[in-house]
Formats: sequence, structure tokens, C-alpha cells
Amino acid sequence: MSPRPDDASVAGADDAPSWDVRVTVVRQEPDGEPHEQEHVVACTERTTVLDALDAVKEQDASVTYRWSCRMGVCGSCGVMVNGRPVLACETPVLGYRATGLTLAPLARHAVLRDLVVDTDRLVGQLADVRAWLVAAPDGPGSDEPGPTTGAGRQTPAELNTYRGLAQCIDCMLCYAACPQIDLLPDFLGPAAVAAARRWDLDPRDHGDVLRRAVLDTEDGIWGCVQSGACTRACPKGVDPAKALRDAQREAMG
Amino acid sequence: MRTERSDVVVVGGGAAGLSAALEVVSRGLTVALVSKVYPMRSHTVAAEGGAAGVARDDDSLEQHVADTVAGGAGLCDEAAVRFVVERAPGELARLERLGMPWSRDDDGLPSVRRFGGMTRARTWYAADRTGFHLLHTLFQTTLQHAAVRRFDEHLVLDLLVDRPGGDAPDRVRGVVAHDQHRGEPVAILAPAVVLATGGAARVFGTSTNAGIVTGDGIAMALRAGVAVRDLELVQVHPTGLPGSGILLSEAARGEGGVLLDAAGERYLTDYGLGPVTPVGEPEPRRMELGPRDRLSHAFWHAERDGRTLPSRDGGVVLLDLTHLGRARIDDRLPFVASLARRFAGVDVATEPVPVRPTWHYTMGGIRASVTGATALDGLFAAGECASTGLHGANRLGSNSLVETLVVGRASGEQAVRTSLARGGSEAAGDVADDVLATGSDTADRLLALRGRGTEPPGPLRAELGRVLDADVGIFRDDAGLRRALAAVVDLRERYRDVRVADTSTVLNTGWAQVLELGAMLQVAHVIVAGALARTESRGAHQRLDFPDADPLPRHTLATWDAHADAPVLATEPVRESAAGGTR
Repeated sequence: MSPRPDDASVAGADDAPSWDVRVTVVRQEPDGEPHEQEHVVACTERTTVLDALDAVKEQDASVTYRWSCRMGVCGSCGVMVNGRPVLACETPVLGYRATGLTLAPLARHAVLRDLVVDTDRLVGQLADVRAWLVAAPDGPGSDEPGPTTGAGRQTPAELNTYRGLAQCIDCMLCYAACPQIDLLPDFLGPAAVAAARRWDLDPRDHGDVLRRAVLDTEDGIWGCVQSGACTRACPKGVDPAKALRDAQREAMG
Repeated sequence: MRTERSDVVVVGGGAAGLSAALEVVSRGLTVALVSKVYPMRSHTVAAEGGAAGVARDDDSLEQHVADTVAGGAGLCDEAAVRFVVERAPGELARLERLGMPWSRDDDGLPSVRRFGGMTRARTWYAADRTGFHLLHTLFQTTLQHAAVRRFDEHLVLDLLVDRPGGDAPDRVRGVVAHDQHRGEPVAILAPAVVLATGGAARVFGTSTNAGIVTGDGIAMALRAGVAVRDLELVQVHPTGLPGSGILLSEAARGEGGVLLDAAGERYLTDYGLGPVTPVGEPEPRRMELGPRDRLSHAFWHAERDGRTLPSRDGGVVLLDLTHLGRARIDDRLPFVASLARRFAGVDVATEPVPVRPTWHYTMGGIRASVTGATALDGLFAAGECASTGLHGANRLGSNSLVETLVVGRASGEQAVRTSLARGGSEAAGDVADDVLATGSDTADRLLALRGRGTEPPGPLRAELGRVLDADVGIFRDDAGLRRALAAVVDLRERYRDVRVADTSTVLNTGWAQVLELGAMLQVAHVIVAGALARTESRGAHQRLDFPDADPLPRHTLATWDAHADAPVLATEPVRESAAGGTR
């Protein structure tokens, strides 16, 4: 019987050689000030940052962070590692063997507790940009009950115009990376604009005029100065910087 | 205790819960959508391969029914299968109108791919992230409805049940939840509650399931006196990454991937799945596209026959996609490729990836009709937490995503009827004092676990996984199951003194995980007891000591005896119309 990842002894346990790594967690209670707490965790070449956090939690059950799928698709486990936003579940500890890791909540987000940050802002922004299919005014309502007709048609080329933008997992790493949030706290930001573009580019959608009222504003697409930090931070290959650039270009006519 | 009211409460924000919620608001009612995470984090997100629905001229509803019933090994309820199959194409087309990014053929129609156990290509897909796109499409659709009131990161502690006594039936009146942001309990009242809480396969050590898939709703139903059915039938997926158990979709085989043993042979042909199909030309229901249970059994035999490769996570076989070429892999299987690269260090375009079976899907669940009705008045169940008779003893891949849509929506519709008949949210607050008092006591009792106990929960959880992996595996026998039962009973005893070190009320994830562990242990108890009582081999349940199927297929029913703190088992026959093989 091989050891299981749940084992407390070695984070992401297996039979491979292990070494001790220093894991510093930036902790913060709901109404408190941030402070650092240091742990030492035994890691192997397969240990992920999430495994290391689980090992920390075995040492101190009050350390708080989000996680779920462990396969890089649910978007829960975004965290800063030595100042860089990553998904904890798909980031190996190996690269930090020499330096150790400092784990902090996603930058530019309100901290709820320890590594858990506010998610409601992004969900609210998705609603603001109408990140759903807006049906044609005279077409069948997309959400009507009752019997359905056949599926519509969309060519692979049409799909490909927005397919990349549809890969966003709402992990919020791009907000943590975006320097403009410091200057414009209400900036709509990369993921929400990418979501808006995803629907604008989908030929089935008819919401572009409605979205423009939100996008074509100082806190909308004009808040972006094209640092490209969002695209570099995205773990899923979405290119929010291009979405913002294209939206700016279109808005200028 | 704070109270909130709604026309309908939906517990769970995955595809089934969102489908139910959208149905409720489409009929002009309000819904409280309660999730212990945020809906877009729900485990639907991890479904890869696709959703089955008859779409092409070479296919028929009858054929989809027949394939599903044949896969189900005698335990399908044919009427339930027919209900889902008939509605599947309409639901998938509806997703199209909500903006689902289905993969497309050149003529613009949604593509369909082959899937295990299906005689025709009828699995609609969005590359190999079908569940992710389906979940986000549904979630984003809910954002436009003010009548969907979300209670995100609210952990439901229990159902609120009115037990008037005498001849009056028990009725569900809502739920009591813990608001993890405010750090306080809240009663959410409604005349109808839909449980859409997902399965429980995280109880196993090696599992494709996310950490949140802990059987909470199944345990709630048990505590409320509702019967659960066939929980011992848990599907093993034949192709997981060793160690982590991460799923590599069946789509990889549907697209033409093959399985090789240590000698590079297509070993499945030697275990009743042949004759061999040409590489890159998969044929329905043969070799790599056989039903999942058969493929997992073949792995077990191959391992015993010394045909697997050793690894530090046990024997492995090889999933070979190299002949597909990088372009096709990038187009159809990008997620599989990225999972193999990231978590196994393998480039699937140039080398085979080692795989072994991993626990995957809870076929059993809360006993429910195909429109979600349970034995408790006002309580509905949909999706993986429910046992509607669709999957029988072995689910066919891609039938479960359509189940979430069809049964989710049907449950929403039934919940609307119930709610309207009871006066909706207006009347929801008219609850007997003792019902609220019981809910309040439940919250107090569970919150009082904080700062107490001596048994750390992590080792209990790890031990549970080890026990089930070792003795409740692909092939089971009496001695192993008795050992597992004793171990689970012992773990539950130790759990009584479980340690909750974190005393915070806000976002106390340690406490939440302890409550999840309680549900896992209770569900595991039922799984093992059911496996011990099912003295036959059928579908996902294979007994070395009882290798044949009983002539008369039966469901296992379990209710919870609170006094004995143990399940009480019974059986019920499969509904009359059901037919099909009894492997």
C-alpha cells in the first residue's frame, strides 16, 4: 500500500527523497493586521504549493485557504507565492527549494481571512458586464421553459474567435497582477472585460450595445494601459490584455 | 437565529442545482441557491468528456435507452432511462441557446464523439472541458436573474423537518446553514428544498473527486429518515493518474487512444473485451470503448497476471495517444494533455502516459423519482446525490451531465408545484417553533465542537481512504468487507472525540472539514454495509466470493437507525419495466 497524499508526514507523500522547506504564511484575521507565521514542511519533487499548505494546516488547523479540484480547473486556490500570483494546486514547490516560500493572499483583493479573499467583486463585475448570452430582441428567449427546437449552427471558425476567452476559470490571478487596480480601485479589470469580449465575439449574442455602456468608460476598458501583466499571470492561456486592446481599438472606431 | 425565506431552496451550485434554480425563476418564483463554495467552483467543473443526447440520423432514442440499460447490468429503471434520454437532446440544444461553446463540425452543428458503452457517437462536447463550460454557462445565466438569491460559502448543516406526528406526514421546511462570511447560523425557509449536493466518491483515498465531494446531502437525507439506494455501487474510472487519481477523460479513448500493458500489448482483448480494433479506429462497446466497469476489472486481472508496470503508486498500464498527432490532441483533448504534462510530466503527443483505476462516480444516492421526488414531503434530489434508476449498476460516461440538466430542471419544476400549493415564501415563515428550535440546537451543537476533542481529523480522513481503497475495491470479498466495516465503525467512534482546533466563527475551514468528514464516515458506513449485504457480482460491485449475478436484480435500500447509529438495510425489486443484461 503506497502512502496517500493526505498523509501529514510528507506533503504530497510518496517514496521519493524529501527535504525540508520553509513555508511562511501571511495570516490575517477578519479585523486584524497581517502577520507572518513560519512553518517547516517536508516536500518531495511532486509536492505542490497546495500540498504544502495542507501540511501547514496539519500543524495549525486555523490556517485558512480555499481549494477544491486539485487539477487546475475550479479556480479556488489562487495565492501569491513570493509575490507572484499562481494556482496553488498546479504549482510545484520544487522551484522554491532554495528560497523557501512566502504565501500571501492574492494582492489587490480585500482579505476575508488569511489566504481567502473577496470573490464577490468579480462575480458582481461579471453581472455588470452582462457576462451571459443576450438573445436577439425578436428571437426566442434563451431561458424560456417548454419544448426546445434544434441546436443552432456555429462554424468552427466562429467558435475559435471567442474560444480562448471562454477558458477563464475566474481565479482572479489577473487582478492580483494588474498594477492599474492600485490607481483605479474600481477598474473593471482583466477577467470581467475578457468575459464581456467572450460574449461580444460570439455571433449568437446580441448584447454588445448594452455592454458598451459599461466598457467604454474610465473605469472600464480605458483603465487599462497595456502593461500585459494580466496575460502573463493567466494560468489558462487567456489573453485579457488583447481583449482590452481590441475593445479599446473598437471603441475608438 | 437569523431567518430568510424563499419560494424554493436549492442546496448545491453545480449543474443540477443551477438547472433547478433556473427552472424555478423561469416560472416567476424566487430561489435561494445555497452553496458551500461559489457555484462556479462546484465539481461539475471537472467533468471532461461530454453529455449524451441523440443528435444524428444514424441514432435513435430507443438505441440510447438500450445502451444505457445494457450498461446498467439489470438495475436500471427503464422508465427513468427513457425520461432522461427523451429530454436529453432538448436540454443540450437549450444549452446551445444559453451560449454553450460546443465543439463544432464544419457544417456548424455540434460535434458528437464516441463514448464507452454507447453504440453510436452521441456525446456532445466542448473539447475536453465540457463540464467546465457547462457549469460556467449555467452560472453566468443565473447572474441575470434577481430572483436567484445566492448564499455563497454557506455550509448547510441540516434539513429543517416538521414532524407533526399522528397521521400528518413529515414535511421539509427549509435548511439551517452556517454563513461562513458573517460567522453565524441562518435558517433558510421554503416549502420545497432541492438537494443537488453531488456524490461521495471523495471517501476513497484514490479519487477523481474534488475535496468538496463529501456526500453532505446524502448524509442529510439519511438523518432526515429518507432512504438511500445502492450506495455500494461506486464507479471506478479506468484511467486516472497514479497517486493523485486525477481523471484523464474517456474522451481520450473515444478519440482513438489505446491501452497497453507492460509488453506494449492491447491487453483488453485477453479479458473479454476483444476482438482487437485497429489502432485509431475505435469501435463502440469493444476494447477501449467497453463499459468502464469491464475495463477496470480487466486492469485488476492484468495486474494479478503480472502484466502491469510497477510504479511507486502500484501497477500501471499505458494510455497511448501518440498516433492521434499533436493537432488533434490540441483541438480535442487539450485538458488531458495539460493534466498529463503538469501532473505526470508526460507529453502525450510523443509518449504514452501511465494510468491506473481511480474512484469516480456515486451511482447510488438518495432514493428519488426521475423528477426528483423523495419519500419526504417537499424534499427533492437531483444529480449525483440522487438514485433515480438512470445509471443502474454501472453508469455510461456522458449520461450523468444530461442527468444533471434533465432531472435538475424536472426537480425545479416539481419544487415549484409544491411551493405554490403551500403558499410559497409568504407561507414559508409559518413554521412551528420547535422546527426552528431544532435547527438552532443543531447549529449550537455543531458550533460547540470548536475548541474540543483530541482526535485530529486529518489522520481519520486518510485512514478512511486507505481502508476503502484496500478492502472495498474493484473486487471485494466477505473477509475484506468485514475488516472494512469494523474499521469504519472504529473511525466513527474515534470521530466522536474529533479535534477542532480552530475556534473562529468566520471561514472556519477546519471546522467545515470536520463536518464534511462526519458525512463521509456516515456514507462510507452505508457503502461498506451495502457491499457486504450484496452477495452477488453486478456492474461496479464485484465479489470474489459471489462471482455471479443473482437471477433477480434488486436494489439495496438503507435507512439510518439513529439509536443504533448504524444503517438498516433492506432490498427492493427493480421496477417492472426494467429489462436488460445481468452480467
